[in-house]
Amino acid sequence: MSVSPETPSATSISRRTLLQRSAVAGALAIPAVGLLDACAGSSGGSKSGTSTTTAAKSADNPFGVVDGSTVKVVVFDGGLGTDYAKKDVTIFNAKHPKVTVAQSATQKIKTQEQPKMATTPSDLINNSGADIMDTSTLINQQAILPLDDLLDAPTWDGTGTIRDSLLPGTIDTGTYSGKFYTLKYAFTVWGMWYDAALFDKNSWTVPKTWDDFFALAPKIKTAGIAPFVYDGVHGYYPRWHIMSTVWNAAGKQAVLDIDNLKPDAWKADGILAGLQNIEKLVKDKLILAGSSALNHTQSQQAHLDHKAAFIQLGTWYKNEMAKTLPPAFKLTLSNYWDVTGAKAAGAVYAAAGEDWVVPAKAANPAGAKEYLRAMLSSEAAADFASLTSSLASVKGSGDKVTDATLVSANALMKAAPADLINFRFPDFYADYDKESQNLSEDLMAGRVDAAGFVTKMQAIADKIAGDSSIKKQTHS
Amino acid sequence: MRHGKARFVVGFLTLPVLLFAFYVVWPFAQAVGYSFTDWGGYSDKQNFVGVTNYVRLFKDELVHKAFWHNVFFLVTVPLFTIVLALFFAFLLNVGGRGSRAGVRGVFGSGVYKIVFFFPQVLSVVLIAVMWQQIYRGDGQGLINGLLIKFGLEDAQNPNAFVADPTPFLGVPAVLWWLLIIAVWSGVGFYMVLFSAAMQSIPKDIYEAALLDGASRVNTFMRITLPLLRESISIAWVYLGIVALDMFALVYVMTPSQGGPDHASEIFASVIQFYAFQHGEFGYACALGVALAIFTMLIAAIQLRVSRQERIEF
Repeated sequence: MSVSPETPSATSISRRTLLQRSAVAGALAIPAVGLLDACAGSSGGSKSGTSTTTAAKSADNPFGVVDGSTVKVVVFDGGLGTDYAKKDVTIFNAKHPKVTVAQSATQKIKTQEQPKMATTPSDLINNSGADIMDTSTLINQQAILPLDDLLDAPTWDGTGTIRDSLLPGTIDTGTYSGKFYTLKYAFTVWGMWYDAALFDKNSWTVPKTWDDFFALAPKIKTAGIAPFVYDGVHGYYPRWHIMSTVWNAAGKQAVLDIDNLKPDAWKADGILAGLQNIEKLVKDKLILAGSSALNHTQSQQAHLDHKAAFIQLGTWYKNEMAKTLPPAFKLTLSNYWDVTGAKAAGAVYAAAGEDWVVPAKAANPAGAKEYLRAMLSSEAAADFASLTSSLASVKGSGDKVTDATLVSANALMKAAPADLINFRFPDFYADYDKESQNLSEDLMAGRVDAAGFVTKMQAIADKIAGDSSIKKQTHS
Repeated sequence: MRHGKARFVVGFLTLPVLLFAFYVVWPFAQAVGYSFTDWGGYSDKQNFVGVTNYVRLFKDELVHKAFWHNVFFLVTVPLFTIVLALFFAFLLNVGGRGSRAGVRGVFGSGVYKIVFFFPQVLSVVLIAVMWQQIYRGDGQGLINGLLIKFGLEDAQNPNAFVADPTPFLGVPAVLWWLLIIAVWSGVGFYMVLFSAAMQSIPKDIYEAALLDGASRVNTFMRITLPLLRESISIAWVYLGIVALDMFALVYVMTPSQGGPDHASEIFASVIQFYAFQHGEFGYACALGVALAIFTMLIAAIQLRVSRQERIEF
């Protein structure tokens, strides 16, 4: 925009006229900035982005995606890469050649997508990574669509429904207040990682219980290796370990009670005794000195460098450290250790992750759901497993994979009891998430003991339960 | 020549002013507007809630904690940066041995000037990433590694640096370690600023003082410092603003971005938490506005306190 004033009659500009003119320029600017207002989402719901045009629905097109329409898909360009996503487009277009898929990839999901959520969002977002849009917030503000109709749709290959083709837990962990909102596409198995070659060389037996571990630890220390290392910078890393131990020690109901904010949930039988194992791990100095200040890649590299024997995290480990993984290092996954008197011995922590969500204001929600249906085809899932060395949340995705690390994860899954370890409170409540991360760091650094940890967690839970401004979630 | 000046000025100013209004002033105004609402950031629904957000922030314990941490930086960052920068600038310009050549800096001052200025060229995030390696908490950290090698530190009990919340002089250790980075990265720029100001002080004043037998300390306290008053006061305001920010260092370096257990929580990290983790953009905007008002107040007070007649030379 340019403003060309009439030739000034005065021969010079006084400060006063300059100010007047800049005021005029400012007034001109205001209509223009009104547009930004709309972008920022303050000007009400006059336009609902949801397109009403859908084509005729059929078994091959259950959502009625319109030929000639475009599906805007945003992929998280993280540990899993984007190669699998490109395959998805090919599979989708094989069935819908006249629908355009506009796929983009970023690591900055929230930075890019949050500003558009209220007005013109993408149709399908891979809400994952560190820069993530908080799921409970998205749901509370009705910014994403429930996807229950996707579950009831026939599979891409035409056999059965999508609901039946998913691995256990996938639907439960994507369900909030009875509605299915987030499709978690990658299936991650957590546990204790070790170098099978190192253990063979020293003829160490891989521990199954905390007692086994405490018996083995002195031998590991004698070899000049710390028995354990962890990420002390991101509190949710040790929290996996802590919550798995809680489930293992006190059983499924105890964790459900914690998620559902039941009074005294943290005082359930077994929780304290279970967590005292972690306290002992800290007190006996079985952790690599200085771990409390290491981040995820630093701690993982320390593990790969044989500075520590065990590290606990999920199956993305290998992909994340692929560049520095020594060839002789036989990266193998074993289950979390059972506590003495475990109520859920042998429980496995495995869950679907890597959320995919459809914004409520997406222009082409039918296209987005159809794209998800393509991603959940057995072909796409198998491609995902072979390209990323991670399982997809579709049954049978890893059957053809030969990668040794993934095989150890597969073996763990096959031996797993039906109830997978699962805790939801961090997804439900942002405050609970933050404080539990802080406390997990404190417990691992020895700044709080197991008893103090349990008491403080209960205090946070009570505070949230008593705060009427926080919307409560439950699950079973 | 004066004819057409208006067209000239307006022609040049329109675009920048419009861009400034659109991209800077208007978002500020919007933030103020949102601070009176309960907007969550992801929907187009919002309710006017009056000053509720502002009332809440005065009662919020997290905000209290962040406020005092910011006050800590507000006092220490300008103090240490300015004192160090002045000391270096003095040494580089007039600290050398007085000799036939008159007043000059210490040997190699040209090199030092460039070296000290280096951090200013790097982005803050880069500095944070670099210091992560220096402060690394296990035996592989630069500082920990050296200390352990020379037997000055127990290998089983290395310094956790920015993951250490234990208080030192009543302030969590993590804040002190962050302070060192802030001062290190700021000192070079202010040293150059003060050097420039010192060079504009006529050399004959120093030479006269030297002839009268004034010591280095005396010359510094009685000549340099009073004549640099204006530069120092501006540096103080700038550094005050830096101290109220500190976001990048806290965000990149500390556990759980403001931890451990809120020990390094600052205003900006609290805003970040409420806006992006909590989904309370309205409240976060109120915090932002409060921080802006506080920053402007501090700047105004600093400028007022240090106002003095200008000395011409």
